[in-house]
Amino acid sequence: MSSDPQQGPAPAVGPREVPAWPSPWPYDYAVEGKARTPAQKVERLVPPETRPPVTTTRRGLFGAAAAGWGAFAAAGGVGSLAVVRFLFPNVSFEPPQQFHTKAVGEFGAESVDETYKETHGVWMVNTGGKLMAISTVCTHLGCTPNWQAGDQKFKCPCHGSGYYINGVNFEGPTPRPLERFHLFVDPVTNQVVVDKTRKCQVEQGTCEVRDFYIPV
Amino acid sequence: MLKKLTDFVRGSQVWKSIFRHGPPTTARNRAMVMLANVFLHLHPVRARASGIRLSFTWCMGGLTFFLFLVETVTGILLMFYYRPVAASAFNDIVALREDVPLGIMREIHRWGAHAMVITVWLHMFRVFMTGSYKPPREFNWGIGVVLLVVTLLLSFTGYLLPWDQLAIWAVTVGTNMARAHPAIGHEGPGSNLLVIDDIQFVTSGDDIRYALLGGRFVGEGTLLRFYVLHCIAVPVIAMVLMAVHFWRVRKDGGISGPL
Repeated sequence: MSSDPQQGPAPAVGPREVPAWPSPWPYDYAVEGKARTPAQKVERLVPPETRPPVTTTRRGLFGAAAAGWGAFAAAGGVGSLAVVRFLFPNVSFEPPQQFHTKAVGEFGAESVDETYKETHGVWMVNTGGKLMAISTVCTHLGCTPNWQAGDQKFKCPCHGSGYYINGVNFEGPTPRPLERFHLFVDPVTNQVVVDKTRKCQVEQGTCEVRDFYIPV
Repeated sequence: MLKKLTDFVRGSQVWKSIFRHGPPTTARNRAMVMLANVFLHLHPVRARASGIRLSFTWCMGGLTFFLFLVETVTGILLMFYYRPVAASAFNDIVALREDVPLGIMREIHRWGAHAMVITVWLHMFRVFMTGSYKPPREFNWGIGVVLLVVTLLLSFTGYLLPWDQLAIWAVTVGTNMARAHPAIGHEGPGSNLLVIDDIQFVTSGDDIRYALLGGRFVGEGTLLRFYVLHCIAVPVIAMVLMAVHFWRVRKDGGISGPL
């Protein structure tokens, strides 16, 4: 406590016009009689002759509102775009979409090379006449089938879809053959290069161009 | 004696600072109990006797909310042990069963999720059969349908977190749907129109599925994204919508009467 009992009560400073509590906010007590409505209170507290002149025009108000809301909408739009862009990282640590494999002669006749299945999702298949890069994504619902050498077929463990060695479906629920990727021979290294950004679909007849097989 | 004690508690400043109304012995104070409490004010001030009959409501909405609370509590506890990183996610799931006291915590979370989907469907069925979707409650029916989708999304995002073969392939299959989204899925209708010369604008590297998975296939980034969606984003959306849902029951005239 700040008051010292030796000194006694603080000296009076004369009659106070405004009590400290209730608050000095002038609405709390009447100046003259009782104000019936808020409008009367305002009238009494701020006499008309002392009010600031109205300088706002209708056009000015709408202009300011349009500018304000426009800036708000623009900031919201830029922010939304930034959020969408944020979802796409600048660097992907996935294997590149285009990769080198081996020379054409290294793929044995009527064989399935599973070297690139784990890393790139591609089977290198030599059907005896054509070398092709077959996608390991089942065309039923997207699982990864297994190559069963004994039965000479690709068999999907999820729902039992089956494909011949050339990727054409023959059993199970899948509606269409496995998809195939663009492949070509690199003239410098003589290796087969697979380009996963371009693919063809057998059932649409888009695989019958040289871009999607190499004659062996 | 008891009266003196309750009078003392009710008369104390602590009590009066929390509860700004008298004991609920009058109709006015009973209404004040509902109106002066942030949680209770989402509820109707009065309910019809028929509206709280178990054979009418089946309490399916209430059970769904209870299960949401169960999922929240058990989910927060699971987060103390689970790390959403490919190297440790599956081991942490096994550890939650083998190495952690009350190894059924994850099972409670899992079975609670299944039960919540069932109670949401039954709640929807009850609302349909009692005609409670009719005006003035048609907006709340719409909110409820969105909440159904949110419940299914909570289950779907949580499905990946065990990080076993079932989880990875289920989510691979599920998110393949995003490939076929019109215009913004790279295999969907319209995406082949967004081409200038031979430059494709919607490819497997920048479509809606890539944004969802954080990659071209279900991998490390997907696990983290689904974890954040499952633990933060979708529950927050669900909580906001639930608050609106409950509050609209009150605003639309309380629980509907029997037909």
